[in-house]
Amino acid sequence: MKILVCVSKTPETTANINFVNNNTEFDTNGVSFIMNPYDEWYALVRALEITEANGGDVTLINVGPAANDAVIKKGLAIGAKEAVRIDAEPTSALFVAKQIAAYAKSQNFDIIFTGKESIDYNGSLVGGMIAELLSLPYISYATTLELNGNAATLNRDIEGGTEVVEVQTPFVVSAAKGMAEQRIPNMRGIMMAKKKPLAVVAAEAADDKEKVTEYKVVPKDRSIKMIDPENMKELVRMLHEESKVI
Amino acid sequence: MVLVLAEQNAGKFKKATLEVVTYGRKVADLLSCECTALVIGETDAAATLGQYGANKVLTTADAALENFDSQTYTSALGQVAEKVGAKVIIIGHNSTGKSIVGRLAARMDAGVISGAKSIPSVSNGFVVEKNVFSGKGIASFTLDTEVKIISVMGNSIQPEIIGSDVSPESVSLQIEDSKVTVKERKTVSGTVPLPEAELVVSAGRGMGGPDKWGIIEELAENIGATTACSRPVADTGWRPHHEHVGQTGVAIRPNLYFAIGISGAIQHLAGVSSSKVIVVINKDPEAPFFKNADYGIVGDLFDVVPRLNAALKEFKANNN
Ligand SMILES: Cc1cc2nc3c(=O)[nH]c(=O)nc-3n(C[C@H](O)[C@H](O)[C@H](O)COP(=O)(O)OP(=O)(O)OC[C@H]3O[C@@H](n4cnc5c(N)ncnc54)[C@H](O)[C@@H]3O)c2cc1C
Repeated sequence: MKILVCVSKTPETTANINFVNNNTEFDTNGVSFIMNPYDEWYALVRALEITEANGGDVTLINVGPAANDAVIKKGLAIGAKEAVRIDAEPTSALFVAKQIAAYAKSQNFDIIFTGKESIDYNGSLVGGMIAELLSLPYISYATTLELNGNAATLNRDIEGGTEVVEVQTPFVVSAAKGMAEQRIPNMRGIMMAKKKPLAVVAAEAADDKEKVTEYKVVPKDRSIKMIDPENMKELVRMLHEESKVI
Repeated sequence: MVLVLAEQNAGKFKKATLEVVTYGRKVADLLSCECTALVIGETDAAATLGQYGANKVLTTADAALENFDSQTYTSALGQVAEKVGAKVIIIGHNSTGKSIVGRLAARMDAGVISGAKSIPSVSNGFVVEKNVFSGKGIASFTLDTEVKIISVMGNSIQPEIIGSDVSPESVSLQIEDSKVTVKERKTVSGTVPLPEAELVVSAGRGMGGPDKWGIIEELAENIGATTACSRPVADTGWRPHHEHVGQTGVAIRPNLYFAIGISGAIQHLAGVSSSKVIVVINKDPEAPFFKNADYGIVGDLFDVVPRLNAALKEFKANNN
């Protein structure tokens, strides 16, 4: 199995989010960055498990500047065999997808993994875009993936339940919770990562189809009313009469 | 022309679909154009989409579209969009929408916003707002492509009846066979799925274990809410994974969110802070969640929740 895992770099989950330059840019000051949790915990680990059981190799791909190498090296330390960085700012989902599709086109990957979404722009877009650009099937929000030869059976999240689907390789899949358990890189992995290949590839020309013109911090304009724990009738009354939600 | 994908479930349109059609109508009004709804599969209900503002309802009964597959659905939507000359294509931001918006944007080389939270503004370019950083921020995106694709978050707009039935027309499409076989669909019936729920009752580690959730389920039942939980609760198997809300779980924006025995960690808040009204029940007056709540109750949940259930029963008895 030849597997490609797409990883992105996102702010750490406890990061406070602020905006600068007249609210047109995300303020990276004081923010630490991590590998997008869905990419790391679920996509990458399941890809490794599959190659461990069936043979084959996992390649990581990231579209980003040299500053992303730390995140890529973590992926190598967790167990990917090699990595590719497309050297460009990831300015939109379609831009990123076009870079990855252009790289993957000639490589005949059996499975291309993404996380179900990135925790910065929460778009859930890149996986489907890559699939369309390569004319491949796309299974989104997959919570399990079992392989039998070239036939894969996947469970995917749907509203209020699960859908079980079958598909033959090659395909693109986005990984959600349930797919695998997080792996912490060990010392040996970290040492080995230093020697693994990290190819830097020039980007293809592609324009952005949409762009952010303004950011806002979510207003925290709630003013709390404390209610006597003995008096739940009062809470019910307020929910009914004041906020009219029941 | 605005084109809306009006998803049906066993011949019926859920509220989530009617929201999307209403959204489509409002966008069409802004652009002074017509709104077309596409229904995949036969249903007697198709005509009723006219009531929600569709000028035209198209249906396709192509056998290749019997089961959901992102590739065939994208192809269908793309073909219809070309036929009707769609400038804006609108889909619900649910499991179907999330699977096809990206594909469709790549197919049409179009601008795309996934998870829009409000109607676009067109006074200064075509601008759409969506939540970013898992609910910690809001971004306004400007789209200037000829075709624009939007998936709309559930509960962003209420369905509005403004017109009357229109006779559906069928379209014929060229759909290749699906490469994905759907073996089974397992859904819980009776409860509203979390992403669509208007009322949510959520509990956390304060529950102390997996066996005392009867009071939470009773509370949910009393108000017709869907149950949810914090991440550690799902991770330790006290509750199923699909109930996990927050930054790494389901992001929701119900009208009412009960947070019971949940501390209010930043990753939890990220996924729930767009809720309209938040009620927090916690025995620790210093719990961070109180800083993000509309109503707060400091007390032991095992005393407070049964008392609340009793008050709700009384309220229901008096209001019926
Ligand atoms: C990368 C990352 C991603 C994460 N993503 C998420 C996410 O998506 N969603 C999420 O929820 N968490 C997430 N977390 C975890 C998050 O940081 C918190 O650990 C978690 O939300 C805490 O869950 P809790 O509030 O149920 O438990 P605790 O923090 O243990 O809080 C329990 C609360 O219950 C109260 N309590 C206890 N007993 C009672 C009682 N008898 N009556 C009333 N109150 C009582 C306590 O006062 C306390 O406030 C993430 C963490 C990381 C590192």
